[in-house]
Amino acid sequence: MLKLIILIVALLLIGFIAWWFFGNHATAAVDAAVSDNTQDVGVEVSGGYSPSTVVLKKGVPATLTFNRKDPSSCLEQVVFPDFGINEFLPQNQAHAIPIDTSKSGEFDYACGMNMFHGKVIIK
Amino acid sequence: MSIKNRFVFSLVVSLPMLIEMFTKPLGLMLPGGAWTMFLLATAVMAVSAGPFIQSAWAAFRHHHANMDTLVAIGTITAYLYSFYAMLAGKDVFFESAAFVVTFILLGQYFEEKMKHSASGAVSKLVDLQAKDAEVQRDGHWTKIPLAQVVVNDVIRVRPGQKIAVDGVIVDGSSTIDESMVTGESMPVTKQAGDKVIGATMNNTGTFTFKASKVGNDTLLSQIVDMVKKAQTSHAPIQKTVDKVADIFVPAVLIVAIATFTIWYVFLNASLVSAMLFAVSVVIIACPCALGIATPTALMVGTGRSAKMGILIKNGEVLEAANRVKTVVFDKTGTITAGHPQVTDIVGDTQVLQIAANLEVASEHPLAAAILAKAQAENVAVTAAKNFQAIEGKGVQATVDGQPAFIGNDKLIADYQLSADLRDRMTQLQGEAKTVVLVGVAERIIGLIAIQDAPKASSATAIAALKHRGLRTVMLTGDNQRVAQAIASEVGIDTVIADVLPGDKADHVKQLQADGPVAFVGDGINDAPALTTADVGIAMGSGTDIAIESGGIVLVKNDLMDVVRALELSQKTFNRIKLNLFWAFIYNTLGIPVAAGVFAVFGLSLSPELAGLGMALSSLSVVASSLLLNKSKLTSTPTTRVA
Repeated sequence: MLKLIILIVALLLIGFIAWWFFGNHATAAVDAAVSDNTQDVGVEVSGGYSPSTVVLKKGVPATLTFNRKDPSSCLEQVVFPDFGINEFLPQNQAHAIPIDTSKSGEFDYACGMNMFHGKVIIK
Repeated sequence: MSIKNRFVFSLVVSLPMLIEMFTKPLGLMLPGGAWTMFLLATAVMAVSAGPFIQSAWAAFRHHHANMDTLVAIGTITAYLYSFYAMLAGKDVFFESAAFVVTFILLGQYFEEKMKHSASGAVSKLVDLQAKDAEVQRDGHWTKIPLAQVVVNDVIRVRPGQKIAVDGVIVDGSSTIDESMVTGESMPVTKQAGDKVIGATMNNTGTFTFKASKVGNDTLLSQIVDMVKKAQTSHAPIQKTVDKVADIFVPAVLIVAIATFTIWYVFLNASLVSAMLFAVSVVIIACPCALGIATPTALMVGTGRSAKMGILIKNGEVLEAANRVKTVVFDKTGTITAGHPQVTDIVGDTQVLQIAANLEVASEHPLAAAILAKAQAENVAVTAAKNFQAIEGKGVQATVDGQPAFIGNDKLIADYQLSADLRDRMTQLQGEAKTVVLVGVAERIIGLIAIQDAPKASSATAIAALKHRGLRTVMLTGDNQRVAQAIASEVGIDTVIADVLPGDKADHVKQLQADGPVAFVGDGINDAPALTTADVGIAMGSGTDIAIESGGIVLVKNDLMDVVRALELSQKTFNRIKLNLFWAFIYNTLGIPVAAGVFAVFGLSLSPELAGLGMALSSLSVVASSLLLNKSKLTSTPTTRVA
């Protein structure tokens, strides 16, 4: 009887894991607020990047300010392959990274191990 | 708390449990038994493993899972089970949880250190920058910070000082060590009119130069920018890996639950051993090793090549360079020096002397070659008098009171040529050299052969490429005879001559039918061919490289760097493959072993060993990438170009 319950619980757990991690969970994009001809978006780094998608206006100088709350060494680096940015984020400190907004497009970024992903849309 | 402190804390706190492991058989136990173990393990879990749990939870809420998820779930399971077992009076596994945390933190500590050293190439390049410059402003020499230097500033550089920015020497001369930027190991002698590169080191003389490029336009800034982009780029091989990494952690969790269920429900194992198998599975799986296999190798490989003056644009180029079957060269300026040089002088020393005196006022490129030769041989030149053109053939003038002349082979019609000289002329012309006749007092006294000669390193480089099994092709606008002569001199396999500049790209395309092609050209005239080729290798010299033009940019004008570039690409790519292979093998072998698949043969892993294995796996990948810095290149480190 106990074994049957454990079997059922195990199957339910597997189902939950599959749904939770592989299911489609939408995330919202955040527009940057433009002030004095600069735009800045704060990105909290904690178990991922939130907001994970940031929309920037083309041609307006921009910075993304990362604040890493997460102690994981996975997230300590942030890499923008399109901009050649590879920086270490100090924990619990705001770390501003200037973004070149001269070209429009979608630019993915990720942590040093490419496990966590974020996106910058310039338009 | 830093990883180091977390590691030290968990090591110190786990130590009593470790000691007990060895003294237990002797009957020596910790005072307080399971309760002491519980307190120690709780401290480790709260202080050292706390951040893992915090990070795992944060990731979980974002529908993500990473390595922290695995560590947190594995250790919490062992810890909670032990707490239950302690209350129920069964065997406890507190030490497993504590040891796993200790081992993983140890691995992360080393990994962190190595990751910083792997990404150190860029900061080393940036550090090369001079801090200030002595600039002439309002008639005075003043020292100003580098950022304030503007184009056309005149800058003074003393011996032992760094050259601040790119520019052209106005006055003075010196030897300059450019190794840090170009990889050229020998100091270069420079004088007025020569270009200097910012961040290089002035050795012996004092000189002034006019700044031509400052700030982000300098060669060094462009190199830094390119290396940064290369290091953060992705190799195509990584794409599959990324897909695997995305689903890796949840998949491992599912495998772990299945492991537990199969052992406990179907194989009637005890609750404890089923749990230990499941925990081992969670702990040994290492997505990090997969994740860092490519980036760390790419970082070290591109960083090392940049130090040698070889800039590889990105991981894609690196992967393509590895597949190249044919290397196509442009002739002028790539295989050859790009300007005519005197190769042979037939006759006595008088020949060069008279030729130089006759040509000193001329602006013809052949005259420049003769004068350069005269200067190199320390021949004193005094301009001849009474110049008179011989229409379409050459010039005549008075040298030392005697009538003298110089010109092309059409002069034979007017002057007698000895049989001996005639033979030599035919022979030299057969070698695709331009022959100039020199005469005094109605008699031809000698010949000077001029050619755009191959660079000193060309033949060696081409031999090295052939040795690597590559086909070499020369593409040139010159006529077949000249092209063939140069090709046989340096050992090129195939010659395609009489190619119009616009048709080079088409020829590259045709060659691509036989396999991937690398095109080596000067980057300014050959842009279409460079882009068409699978790998475009742009050769530059000094600050004038069109850095965007090639997939690989060679800062030095040395063909040996083509060999080195291909070899380094291959080494780096092989290292990526090796890293990925080990990371995959580790995971695909480690997980079944941990799950107890081989338990019938007595082969299984305790959670502690699994933790050690995980720590070692990512560590070994970073270490293997760092070894790229040490790997030997068969092509010699640097060759000198005479």
